[in-house]
Amino acid sequence: MVAPTASPAASAEPLLVIDNLGKRFVGVTALDGVSLDVRAGEVLGLLGENGAGKSTLLKILSGAQPPSSGTITFDGAPYAPASPIEAKARGIVTIYQELSLIPTLSVAENIFIGRAPLSGLGLVDWRAMRRETRAIIARVGLTTDPETPVSALSVAEQQLVEIARALSLSSRLIIMDEPTSALTEAEVARLLAIMSRLRGEGVAIMFVTHRLEEASQICDRVTVLRDGRLAGHMARDAGPIPIPAIIERMVGRAASELYARPTERHAPGDTRLAIRGLTTPRNPEAPNAITLGGVDLDIRAGEILGLAGLVGSGRTELARAVFGADPVASGSMTLDGAAYAPSSPHDAIARGIGLVPEDRKHQAIFAALGILTNFSVAALSRFAGPLGIMREREERRVLAEYRKALSIRMASPEQRIDGLSGGNQQKVIVARWLARDPKVLIVDEPTRGVDVGAKAEVHQILVQLASRGIAVLVISSELPEILAVSDRIVTMRQGRITGEMPASEATEEKLMALMALETREEATA
Amino acid sequence: MTTSDDTRPGVNAFGLLKRFGPLLFLAVLMVIFTIMNPNFLNPINLFNVLRQISITGLIALGMTFVILTAGIDLSVGSLLALCGMIAAVVAKGGTANTLALESAAGAGYGWFAALLAAIATGCLAGLIQGLTITRLKVPPFVVTLGGLTIFRGLTLTISNGGPISGFTADMRWWGTGLVGPVPVPVIIFLGAALLCHLVLRYTRYGRSVYAVGGNAEAARLSGLRVDRILVSVYVIVGFFCGLAAFVLAARLNSAEAVAGMGYELTVISAVVIGGTSLFGGVGSVGGTVVGAALIGVLVNGLVLNNVSSYTQQIVIGLILILAVAFDRWLKTRTRG
Repeated sequence: MVAPTASPAASAEPLLVIDNLGKRFVGVTALDGVSLDVRAGEVLGLLGENGAGKSTLLKILSGAQPPSSGTITFDGAPYAPASPIEAKARGIVTIYQELSLIPTLSVAENIFIGRAPLSGLGLVDWRAMRRETRAIIARVGLTTDPETPVSALSVAEQQLVEIARALSLSSRLIIMDEPTSALTEAEVARLLAIMSRLRGEGVAIMFVTHRLEEASQICDRVTVLRDGRLAGHMARDAGPIPIPAIIERMVGRAASELYARPTERHAPGDTRLAIRGLTTPRNPEAPNAITLGGVDLDIRAGEILGLAGLVGSGRTELARAVFGADPVASGSMTLDGAAYAPSSPHDAIARGIGLVPEDRKHQAIFAALGILTNFSVAALSRFAGPLGIMREREERRVLAEYRKALSIRMASPEQRIDGLSGGNQQKVIVARWLARDPKVLIVDEPTRGVDVGAKAEVHQILVQLASRGIAVLVISSELPEILAVSDRIVTMRQGRITGEMPASEATEEKLMALMALETREEATA
Repeated sequence: MTTSDDTRPGVNAFGLLKRFGPLLFLAVLMVIFTIMNPNFLNPINLFNVLRQISITGLIALGMTFVILTAGIDLSVGSLLALCGMIAAVVAKGGTANTLALESAAGAGYGWFAALLAAIATGCLAGLIQGLTITRLKVPPFVVTLGGLTIFRGLTLTISNGGPISGFTADMRWWGTGLVGPVPVPVIIFLGAALLCHLVLRYTRYGRSVYAVGGNAEAARLSGLRVDRILVSVYVIVGFFCGLAAFVLAARLNSAEAVAGMGYELTVISAVVIGGTSLFGGVGSVGGTVVGAALIGVLVNGLVLNNVSSYTQQIVIGLILILAVAFDRWLKTRTRG
């Protein structure tokens, strides 16, 4: 990965100054006395756990919400936007995780939305629009045809289009909210390089991220929030800002324990799940989607098998095929020695397989429902009595057990699950599967969207599950996580297994070498 | 350190208002109408209101299941007419003597066969619509919009456009009888409401309905058979169309091809006013009963105060929009 260095272009005069900012909601203080500044030509990292107040700060800056107290100065004048439109007009653009492009329109139409160049007749001058679009997207290194519909672009390319649009509006401060969370390593490297280039051109960038490696690599300075308050400012000296120091400020304690390898391993037992020559069919509706190209894999009882691979390596596809969520083209599987060929998740679950999916919001939680239903939904048969009537007392008793065992912090079983933090939601989903006493549990991105502090807890839970004899398959993009929890690690690339080693022999460098040997296609995708 | 996030008080004034908003609104409305016209509170009038809402109320119970899964059924008014017509044909033993009066009524198969026929027709229609939605992947709005015209057309074909009238006293009791002071249709409606409440609140099936409506993909990945549950809710609303059609025919002593025109709107309004979300996963039978009662009280109160039926329609439409707007407003207040 390229290592962009600090910019010499940063001016001493701050462009944006936030002074003593506060935001209170009924009963909750989201921000309290936060002060920071951003200079032209620098990248400022805004870091903090979920609930630290980053989103609230972004909402205020983008004009979506007014602050309760404090002042903001932008370019020497008071800044109090009444709406996102006003914020944009002043030169501050926020690019959210959920992109705001219109997928059915072309790149050019998206960039010029609401301000298309007109010809003498008052009609849209399509040629000028195409020509200017080419010039605009070239600034972010895109060479896509301006006519391409945005839906045909990858997430990374769409993001670049948004950045290009912001630049074309002569924005002076670009706020990026978790821009790298959906990108592959190569795409992240490209984005960081572009951020570095823009900084050289005098643009100020506020980079909000969970990924501390990236923050440490690119940011000139970082501001850390914790529980709505300022937890510290750090600036780059000779080298990058040290990650352990950032973590310490984020969680308020030393970082050494975060990725500590949980102890007390049990020797793995017999083979639980055996996969032979598994392939998946090409989906005519998504011809570019990755397919499995013949996967062989054994998972043993009481073992945590780590599956490492980049986004698009086929890890999630493997999980979904094993779980019966996607069809299989060829190959065979056995579970505890018996043939296993699930035609639906229902089948897979009945045979003792569980899946904690990667996209918690869309694939796992029922946001509007209470914790109790979220917990028992996969085990309704266990808790249903005669006439299908739920034995709620039993249900609550078992939930209370897991609440204690997994230390789920919640108010009551009736509480809506979307009121919990990411880590506690994830624990409820794990409890959902434990209630079924599974033989194999597949956990895709166990700590995505989970606070730094709760990650270690989730890891410890995975180890506990394995010690009960469950075969645990952990899929993760975070190598430190894979290294911390796994007994054995396999790597995937382009729908195939590319390597295997015991965790005791694995290092990040070895794994990277096995999973990141990119082909030309991948590098340019 | 995250405990402050996770143990926010679950109950506050806005939460309560949100939960009991429709009920509160119903109470306020009743007080206003009583002040305007003391006759409103007369038990005879109140039972009258309940009897009037029992037909659309029954269908609204079924519609609650459908809307909880984020679906919709626009065909209920037409299906009501079709089921009623089938019930009449069975009760009369044929379509020949369409206008024959009571003297010829004994030739049919009796009220029980008529009831079964109406319910079977409703369930079958629901099954076909449900399978079309899940197997052919046609959106519920489109399938049931087609059903709306198909069922009406079938009804007109069977009846040749006219009504079938004149049932036995046994059958008419189900629409016009009283148990003590309580009209039979009201007992059927409230009994069915109680049953639906118990099913949705306390059974495995009820949980599945909420889960499928709350997040269909998560439900599938949790092992629920989403398609079966989706089909089942259309069968349930079909069942209630059949039951309501029987009661309506018994009450009017006649089945008409034009029965139930526009009922889908009243029924959906009742469910939505009762707080069930059109996006699925949120709502309750209690809410639907209150929603149906609210519309019934509104119409009755307006009639008692000599408001024209034209104006009534305007008022009901406004109430529907206000109810949902109020709900949205509360949502923005309860989420910080």
